[in-house]
Amino acid sequence: MDETHVDRNVLSALQEVMEESYPELLDIFLADSEERLKVLRTADSGDRLVEAAHSFKGSSSNMGAVRLTELCHQLEQQARALPVNDIQELVREIDREFASVRPLYEAERQRCPAKI
Amino acid sequence: MQPMEPLTILIAEDSAADRLLLSSILRRQGHEVLTAANGAEAVEAFGRQQPHLVLMDAMMPVMDGFEAARQIKALAGETLVPIIFLTSLSESEALARCLEVGGDDFLAKPYNQVILAAKIKAMDRLRRLQDTVLRQRDQIARHHEYLLNEQRVAKAVFDKVAHSGCLNAAPNIRYLQSPYALFNGDLLLAAFTPAGDMHVLLGDFTGHGLPAAVGAMPLAEVFYGMTAKGYGLAETLREMNAKLKRILPVDMFCCATLLCLSFQRRSVEVWNGGMPDGYLHCMASGERIPLPARHLPLGVLSPESFDERTEVFPMALGDRVFLLSDGVIDTCDANEQLFGVQRLQQVFAANRQADALFEEIEQALRDFGGEARDDVSMVEISLLEPAQITPPALVYSDSGQSCPLDWSVSFEFRAVTLKRFNPLPYLLQLLLEVHGLRAQSGALYSVLAELYSNALEHGVLGLDSSLKRNASGFARYYQERSTRLGELQEGYVRVHLQVTPTDDGGCLTIHVEDSGKGFDVERVMARPLEDIRLSGRGVSLIRQLGRNARWTDNGRSARVEFIWEALA
Repeated sequence: MDETHVDRNVLSALQEVMEESYPELLDIFLADSEERLKVLRTADSGDRLVEAAHSFKGSSSNMGAVRLTELCHQLEQQARALPVNDIQELVREIDREFASVRPLYEAERQRCPAKI
Repeated sequence: MQPMEPLTILIAEDSAADRLLLSSILRRQGHEVLTAANGAEAVEAFGRQQPHLVLMDAMMPVMDGFEAARQIKALAGETLVPIIFLTSLSESEALARCLEVGGDDFLAKPYNQVILAAKIKAMDRLRRLQDTVLRQRDQIARHHEYLLNEQRVAKAVFDKVAHSGCLNAAPNIRYLQSPYALFNGDLLLAAFTPAGDMHVLLGDFTGHGLPAAVGAMPLAEVFYGMTAKGYGLAETLREMNAKLKRILPVDMFCCATLLCLSFQRRSVEVWNGGMPDGYLHCMASGERIPLPARHLPLGVLSPESFDERTEVFPMALGDRVFLLSDGVIDTCDANEQLFGVQRLQQVFAANRQADALFEEIEQALRDFGGEARDDVSMVEISLLEPAQITPPALVYSDSGQSCPLDWSVSFEFRAVTLKRFNPLPYLLQLLLEVHGLRAQSGALYSVLAELYSNALEHGVLGLDSSLKRNASGFARYYQERSTRLGELQEGYVRVHLQVTPTDDGGCLTIHVEDSGKGFDVERVMARPLEDIRLSGRGVSLIRQLGRNARWTDNGRSARVEFIWEALA
């Protein structure tokens, strides 16, 4: 998986920029993503879906989650057009993708413990 | 990358991770960072801390980025606070909305440090540029206000000097001038001479603004001072030219037309140096005689080479002299074509109501050029009966305790003096030391001037007054006068003044003698007093205004008296 799911170059660039705040960024991203996923799973309108997908796409792209960004983009573009089943399928795919990259970010987190 | 001055930057972004990332990038680049999690917080933070620049997410809860941008731009007013929209929006419609609400640029996710720094730098440049423009605009506005104030002060001072004349009081003058014409170098002055004649000057200094207005002050002072003292055009012109030549830089001078309108003699004397043609409008024939420039402007020639020769034209009651500045004929249309003299003459030709001429010229200028210029000056002076013109009473400041009442004095003015010197102002000044004569200074001056010019022109120069019977002879008469005066080798005019006290006042006897051939006194005295033919005015005027006028020694010797009663 790796390179097609998470861009390693982005992670090293982030670490350089964030310095000692890098672990904090990872924590926040993971917590934020859980929130976004909850919204995606329970959204009852096209607008809510589009907004959540848009935000998730933005932070995923910043964090180098390439495949996740691509899936969020698809959802944002098609949320208003696709039948409900297809949307549910797309949300499930996003769920699976996040579940698969999550350990990678947690590993990063372990590698660089917060300096407190 | 060159180091730049640190900015305070507001980040409005609802995603905590993106906010943290962006804050870290900006801090690493040396900037101060403020953060907001939605549009409402962003507006509030902006109002509180006035950041230099805003990074704004478009989609945010509570208040979205579009509305927040609109409010921040409104709060910032004229100051440029660049707003960079943080967006991965891909629809062109949404991108257009960002610009509509005042967004200045976009930054797409994922963030790229290098591009972000470059954009901030570019926006900072723009922000500083706007700041400089605003500062310079305010500075220009302050300078402009300062300049206007200077002009107001200068105008107020100048109006005090310029309006000491009779421009607004005399019933026979109409003029049209922009209130700030002075700052285009245009100058219009009018004043009465002690004899009740009227001097009018329309001048046009080279240049614009204060430099053009500066020369107007000394010129006006010479004009008013010398006119009030009884100097003629020639002496006044010489003095004005010498003064301007002395004080103005070489590239500055003053085009001018100077007139002397004599209501008693019904004539106008003209000197035109560099102004457009004036016009003498004869109401009876409808003819307009041009009064063209015959001389260089004032302030160009040295006093030695200055030419003060004038032309004299007869006028009938109601005739008008019209003068104009070059702003009239130099008005341009959209194709840089000049209005020109021909179009002016078309307006003249179409004119039916003499009083509507100014309005018709203005209308023609508007039709032609489309926009009004503020250096258009026009003046029209008409010849009225002397009785309709009331020169203002002279104001004297002395108490009268030292008034001389018993004296006599004699002068003899010889050929070389007669050529250039005008003794009348001195004689008049001397006579006006006598308080009892002040009330009749106009008549006194007229008679004195008439006696003197008779003695000089008919006596010493031997000019035949019958020449002046018609208009062409009138012009020839004055040409001849100037020629003969120039060639004069010998001859004299003597003036004897005698003041004697009487029981209830005093008496002045004026006695003028000349070296000429004299004239047939019997024949001239036989003419009726009311005879107003051009040639006869001198003698009948003296007989009307003075007492016991009599001519002896074959007309070579003239006497006239003025008496007054003791002042209360």
